[in-house]
Amino acid sequence: MSQIELINISKSYDKQKDVLNSINLSIEEGEFFVLVGPSGSGKSTLLRMIAGLEEISGGFLKINGQTMNHLPPKDRNLSMVFQNYALYPHLTVQENILFGLKGRKIDKKEQQRRLNEAAEMLGIQELLKRKPRELSGGQRQRVALGRTVVSHAPLCLMDEPLSNLDAKLRAHMRVEIRRLQKRLGLTMIYVTHDQVEAMTMGDRIMVLNDGQIQQVGEPITLYNEPVNLFVASFIGSPKINVGNAVFSENGKYLIVENQLHIPVDPSVFCHIPRDRNLKVGIRSEHLMPGISKKENLHYLEAVNIEQLGNETSIAFELGSELWTAKWPGQWKIDLGQKVSVQIMPEFLLFFDADSGNLIKSAELGKSQGAVSV
Amino acid sequence: MSMIYPTIETNETYLHQAERVKRQNQMKSFLKGMLFLLPSIILFSVFVFYPMFKTIYLSFFLTNAQGATTVFTGWDNYKALFVDPIFIKSVKNTFLFVFYTVPPTVIISLILAVIANEKLKGIGFFRTVFSSTMGVSVAAASVFWLYLFNPTMGLLNKVLETSGLDAIEWLTDPKWALIAVSATTIWMNIGFTFLILLGGLQSIDSSLYESADIEGSGYFYKLRRITIPMLSPTFFFVITVSIINTFQTFGQIDILTQGGPANGTNLIVYSIYREAFVNYQFGAASAQAVVLFILILLMTALQFKLVERKVHYQ
Ligand SMILES: Nc1ncnc2c1ncn2[C@@H]1O[C@H](COP(=O)(O)OP(=O)(O)OP(=O)(O)O)[C@@H](O)[C@H]1O
Ligand SMILES: [Mg+2]
Repeated sequence: MSQIELINISKSYDKQKDVLNSINLSIEEGEFFVLVGPSGSGKSTLLRMIAGLEEISGGFLKINGQTMNHLPPKDRNLSMVFQNYALYPHLTVQENILFGLKGRKIDKKEQQRRLNEAAEMLGIQELLKRKPRELSGGQRQRVALGRTVVSHAPLCLMDEPLSNLDAKLRAHMRVEIRRLQKRLGLTMIYVTHDQVEAMTMGDRIMVLNDGQIQQVGEPITLYNEPVNLFVASFIGSPKINVGNAVFSENGKYLIVENQLHIPVDPSVFCHIPRDRNLKVGIRSEHLMPGISKKENLHYLEAVNIEQLGNETSIAFELGSELWTAKWPGQWKIDLGQKVSVQIMPEFLLFFDADSGNLIKSAELGKSQGAVSV
Repeated sequence: MSMIYPTIETNETYLHQAERVKRQNQMKSFLKGMLFLLPSIILFSVFVFYPMFKTIYLSFFLTNAQGATTVFTGWDNYKALFVDPIFIKSVKNTFLFVFYTVPPTVIISLILAVIANEKLKGIGFFRTVFSSTMGVSVAAASVFWLYLFNPTMGLLNKVLETSGLDAIEWLTDPKWALIAVSATTIWMNIGFTFLILLGGLQSIDSSLYESADIEGSGYFYKLRRITIPMLSPTFFFVITVSIINTFQTFGQIDILTQGGPANGTNLIVYSIYREAFVNYQFGAASAQAVVLFILILLMTALQFKLVERKVHYQ
């Protein structure tokens, strides 16, 4: 089993600016850990350093308490799935899966046993004699997973393994990888730039930006209590709605994007500093249709409507921003129509506009309790 | 009846028209294609097809010293070739020469390419050095080796002497002459072969090696199971081109040995040259040239037939 610790890890290529900066992290045994971040944030670099494919410029990498900085990849007892699957095009599926075992001169019978086990687990028994070019994307993906399965390594690293697949297959493989990981009890470090994958697969997520850890935590925590604007807008789809906000002179209203006047409710706003530049955020599901209740209604102009069948996504213009609302069911709204929207102050997230840090998150527990009563 | 009749007619006229338009379009695209091909057709005709047919034509004649045809002899030139011990020897020499030259060139180039593909400090310098023989002309290289082979002052014999061995008459000893010429040719061909193989190596996806590293494969296991098979299309290309080149070797023979000693390095191309421009037998020389052409054609066809299916293309 595998437990991983990164202590003050940093990386710079060719003595240039740091690509990764003092990364401190510990990953538990059997955990599905997702590394997520925009392109160029250093996810692959971090993963490759753990694998031993890239030199560690500073800090320590410990696996099971032992420092691994200078061990070659083969001595780290891990497996890795590459974005392009790294299948050998001249070898059959079977030879591909057994490549590593043969190289390590593992007993023939044992090889066969592991092969059968993996093939059965992944449902690729019929494909064993084929070459990779005769396989579909999803099948190739499965062969790449097969290599992980036969290696019996307790730690598995994956670098954007699903990014070459179409949306439907991706959703399917997400479930499959997750099941495989639980079944084999693997410690998984999974890199993706797709926040949906991160949310749905991870036990914990680490958000990386510009080589720096933004936040580490459970998916729901990241969604509900993002530590800064970056995490807030990176996690969640559609993106969280953000707007500049100031308090009115008399302190009775919070004015968002010079347009929305939200009455100040002392119980919600008590800890919000009055003298700073603020940004407020609100999730699209909290921009609710203003039909049932009378309070906190605002009229916004709809500039785009997307009918998704089970829900309707409406874009409103608010100052210089576009805010998106997601309403369950099918709504008949015309372009340019003024729509009444309910914005409850307790659903607002407050950020410091200068540092981007969170001042106050939405009060979800309270409101849900209120609704269910 | 009267209802069906006109439908058939319109259908037929329609088909007829469609056919005509189709043929017109085909004609147009054919003419366009020809227009694009024209420059290369002209060049090939002047410099390849015309000489080729002229050679075949000449091979059925006796000629005077100016190369004008005198007597039509039919297959006589060819018949004479196959009983001519000197020509037969030149064919044998040529095959031997290919055998001495091509495999060592490819193997040495492969080793150099594998070394030059490592991520080491200053590897760019070695890459330049290894490929530098490509930039050396045949004449310059031959003269350079002529000095090395010099029986008294040559570096090779100096080395042999200091290590207590007998000096070798590299270019005049029948046992050694062909080997000496082969060594020169290997040296000259390494640059090109090295460069092509290095290009092949660099196009292999590095994640294949990384994946193998993680799975714990050793250096030679990776070489045998990844590098060599992934390089097979490049090998195929390099070997085919090398064989054709070697069949056509001329310059280094002319400068180093002039086909001697005792025709020991007389290759087909050199024999053609001698027949045509020393003996002025243009008919016989043409017949040899045709035989060489057929030999190369057969060798290449054979290679494609035997090997190409086994080559792995991505
Ligand atoms: N071999 C290298 N030499 C120099 N710089 C590199 C090298 N590899 C990556 N970088 C730089 O390191 C930074 C992080 O790259 P990395 O590949 O880790 O990003 P990533 O988060 O995996 O992005 P993506 O989602 O696009 O895969 C980038 O700015 C990149 O330019
Ligand atoms: Mg990456």
